[in-house]
Amino acid sequence: MDSKRTNRRELLKGGAALAGGVTLGELAASQAQAHDHPMTPGSENASPMILGSKELVEYGQRSRYVTSVRIQHPPGGRPSPDLFGKVFHVASPLQDSVGVITPSSLHYVATTRGSYMPDIDPKLHTLTIHGLVDQPLTLTMDDLKRFPSVTRLHFIECAGNRHTPQQKTVQETHGMTSCAEWTGVPLSTLLKECGLKGSATWFVAEGAEEVKGASSMPISKAMDDCLIAYGMNGEALRPQQGFPVRIIPPGFEGIFHTKYLRRIKVVDRYYMNYNDFGHLRPDPKELALSEQIGPKSVITYPSGGQQLPGRGFYEISGLAWSGGGAIRTVEVSTDGGKKWNLAELKTTPQRMAHVRFGYPWTWDGNATEILSRATDEIGQVQALREQIAQWWNVPVERNYRVPGLDNSVMPWKIAKDGGVTNGLA
Amino acid sequence: MGSLRLVTILLFLGSPAFAQSPTYGVGRTPTAEEIRRMDISIGPTGEELPPGRGTAKEGAQVFEQKGCIACHGPAGLGGMAPELQSKKGHDVPIWKRERILPLRSPFATTVWDYINRGMPAGNEGTLTANEVYSLTAYLLFVNKVIPEDEVLDQQSLPKVKMPIGDDYGKLHEWKPNTPRLEGYPY
Repeated sequence: MDSKRTNRRELLKGGAALAGGVTLGELAASQAQAHDHPMTPGSENASPMILGSKELVEYGQRSRYVTSVRIQHPPGGRPSPDLFGKVFHVASPLQDSVGVITPSSLHYVATTRGSYMPDIDPKLHTLTIHGLVDQPLTLTMDDLKRFPSVTRLHFIECAGNRHTPQQKTVQETHGMTSCAEWTGVPLSTLLKECGLKGSATWFVAEGAEEVKGASSMPISKAMDDCLIAYGMNGEALRPQQGFPVRIIPPGFEGIFHTKYLRRIKVVDRYYMNYNDFGHLRPDPKELALSEQIGPKSVITYPSGGQQLPGRGFYEISGLAWSGGGAIRTVEVSTDGGKKWNLAELKTTPQRMAHVRFGYPWTWDGNATEILSRATDEIGQVQALREQIAQWWNVPVERNYRVPGLDNSVMPWKIAKDGGVTNGLA
Repeated sequence: MGSLRLVTILLFLGSPAFAQSPTYGVGRTPTAEEIRRMDISIGPTGEELPPGRGTAKEGAQVFEQKGCIACHGPAGLGGMAPELQSKKGHDVPIWKRERILPLRSPFATTVWDYINRGMPAGNEGTLTANEVYSLTAYLLFVNKVIPEDEVLDQQSLPKVKMPIGDDYGKLHEWKPNTPRLEGYPY
């Protein structure tokens, strides 16, 4: 009771001081001194305070000391934004990531040809399902939110997420993957509502952006786990992620995750629309390797460009994921791949979601190479580039390009001075 | 009383009416005309193609009028945007030739679909059906897929024989909880 009254009095004092033009530092110091309770040791060195503003009250911001940002991908490639304000490929700062959720502001971004980001009024946006269904359906965003929802963690990874000897950091080698919590309606719910005809085998998902980007996907995927998502990390999708609604076909290459979803057409064949042509390959094996993403992992700490301060204890930390299901195990090698050790999974593995792994390591100060490899719940094992080349019966050269999506093992070299560099270089 | 209610509920759960999937009844049925207007997905059979026609000669004019040259270069060569005309001869196998849509696509309908939805950059969706038929004919002509005087329309476009024929990998049937490629990579 007593302290409450004092606090109010101090608050008034503080307001007067602010009006009188005292500096923030003085204000913070006077507030600390005026506190009812004895100061705890060290509190006299209290940091300057961050003043609340309307903006900060309404929508928070990170500390100005946290400066981790996305970068254009690949470095030296097509700039984002370009002269016309278009965004092409932007990579997430995995080297600074903790846990498994990528903040929406740091989620990687990709567009098929650097499309404009449409500024969609959700009140005017509709999703129409038609084609080989008994009853076509048009839904407003309000309609969509009336259906029973699900919330799931899922990664999205771009086919351009390839590691090469030229790249320096894990943001450059692996930053085109991200993981978010998505909320929406299972596509199977909506398709059952429409009634699928017996001849339905594929569907085309189409966006509302200027090029109306579209991809064909198997109807078996739609009925298994596709999500029509309007929520991301506890709020509405960001425009860079397809506001107001996108499709999440979990574990499929990023390009299939059509943003600004306006239409789903149920068809009886691979429809060869827009993005479909780009997937064509002479060899069906290579084609199969560029639809569902394979098991993959990467060490994010220590990683390229970082510096170990000296010998001693480190927890090696990284991310693992698979388009085939949940991650079952991750192994880490600290001796260039001679011995593989089981890593600890720091989060509960979920289907088609990043899992965080850790491995306790005491560095003896000698040069070495650290690697990780993931195994998923259906038994797929992440392979070394050498093993992949052997399977295809081709020599493994320095710039060897893994067919389909590159899910090969990523090595990081640790030098005697603690410098970390790309092990492919 | 309580147990009687439970029995009643169990009886209802077992009845056929409850075994069926529920209908939420949310949303509305779009009209056939609404669907026709928004359905720009042109499949290999061409059933969605609108009426219209065009030839390569007309397409050459449209290619100039609509500013295609600014990005793709004259006749689709030498611009900043992807090249649209093959420089390699018919004797070169299709997969050794350039990755050019109006050359390598298995279906001419895909060329029509792409131009119609995605071109010209900055003015997408503004071309008339005749202009899209003409541009498709022009690009197929410069790649020596069709003769200069061939008229493309709803009937003839899906029948165009593309050089790739059947020489491309087909997607396997996707199944949940299944490796993307059995036995890969060990």
